[in-house]
Amino acid sequence: MNDIAANVLKGDPRSIARLITLAENNDPIAANAMKTIHPKTGNAHVIGITGVMGSGKSTLIYELTREYRKKGLKVGIIAIDPTSPFSGGALLGDRIRMMELATDDGVFIRSMGTRGMLGGLTSAVYDVVEILDASGKNIVLVETVGVGQAEVDVIKIADTTLVVLVPGLGDSIQTIKAGIMEIADIYVVNKADRSGVEQTLAEVESLVEIACINKDRKIPVLATISKENKGIVELIDEINKHREHLKKTKTFEAQRRKRYEAELVEIIRKRLMNFIFDESTFKGKVESLIDQISKKELDPYTAADEILGKILK
Amino acid sequence: MERKIRVLVAKPGLDGHDRGAKIVARALRDAGMEVIYTGLHQTVDMIVETAIQEDVDAVGLSLLSGAHMTLFVDVTRLLKEKGMEDVLVVGGGIIPEDDALKLKKAGVAGVFGPGTRCDDIVKFIKKNVKR
Repeated sequence: MNDIAANVLKGDPRSIARLITLAENNDPIAANAMKTIHPKTGNAHVIGITGVMGSGKSTLIYELTREYRKKGLKVGIIAIDPTSPFSGGALLGDRIRMMELATDDGVFIRSMGTRGMLGGLTSAVYDVVEILDASGKNIVLVETVGVGQAEVDVIKIADTTLVVLVPGLGDSIQTIKAGIMEIADIYVVNKADRSGVEQTLAEVESLVEIACINKDRKIPVLATISKENKGIVELIDEINKHREHLKKTKTFEAQRRKRYEAELVEIIRKRLMNFIFDESTFKGKVESLIDQISKKELDPYTAADEILGKILK
Repeated sequence: MERKIRVLVAKPGLDGHDRGAKIVARALRDAGMEVIYTGLHQTVDMIVETAIQEDVDAVGLSLLSGAHMTLFVDVTRLLKEKGMEDVLVVGGGIIPEDDALKLKKAGVAGVFGPGTRCDDIVKFIKKNVKR
């Protein structure tokens, strides 16, 4: 177990897979391995793919990956699906569209449940990006859950964010001006063989025109048909251009710094919440405070002060 | 924090009937497990590579075509060859009793035929996962 980090750096799939599990379960072995791994990261281009349910994100990822593989690049894929808030279980089905990639040793795919995180990602995703990066993947694709309007966490982790739309959203694009319509580095109008594609393209273009006034880069809007492999080469071209833009304007490093900030905040949040809600000494206290709040003997703010007061002495 | 059981539910070979697999996948999810579903027509290599990458605790194979003696055994053997002997393999479908016995000897830990209650599959997996 102690050389798991070394084996990850060599690109061994079983070690990569096992370390991801340990990271997901907040195992101290993972925290230890990440110390070895972190200095070896930073080479992979991280591409976030987000969009509404059924917009074809998984199929788009499959086609992008095939194109990257033709260029000899190694690809890591993180496919996130929602965890049930009721049972804690999850049905992770993104792989269905990517099974042809399963036996390609230049591709590593991992399905993850959100495990209680809102925002479209999952808590361990920062670790998983670093693990795949350190294992020698040139490209890491992060597929968020199917998003509504406000799940925009993907920008914290991606160098380039793709927002995938489909024809027929119609006026709804107008209503989602905020949130996911603000985060795209590239817009992809997928399933462009469907009727209404001209209207959708025109609506997104007009949004982009307003959004890009006084900006040094105009956000491209591309039409793709994933299942026919149309527009994929052009999309990769735009992704590369965006990367060059980031490098040229020196925003690349600033953006990465924001990722590390988000990662640090997430680790602290996770540990603190664990400490308060899972540690046995605190657990009883928390339960009794909740009881008191229910009986109106105490208000929630005073209860929070009582818990935090014990930590923030 | 409680460790989540991860299960790969796969349909090997040429068989288009996935209702059973989907019902079982859903039952496992409702029991708090993370279920990775592959879809139809998977080869043995695809299933084993997926099991490795997803680091699953169990693989559930569903087959109604009659090729279980080949495909279930091949998946079990290849998992072992790849060092994944700690993965629990279970299977379901139209499987005669004689075959079920042979499959168990070949390392398929549980065989579930028509009429099995989902609860029993959940219990079996929870009881027998090795990690």
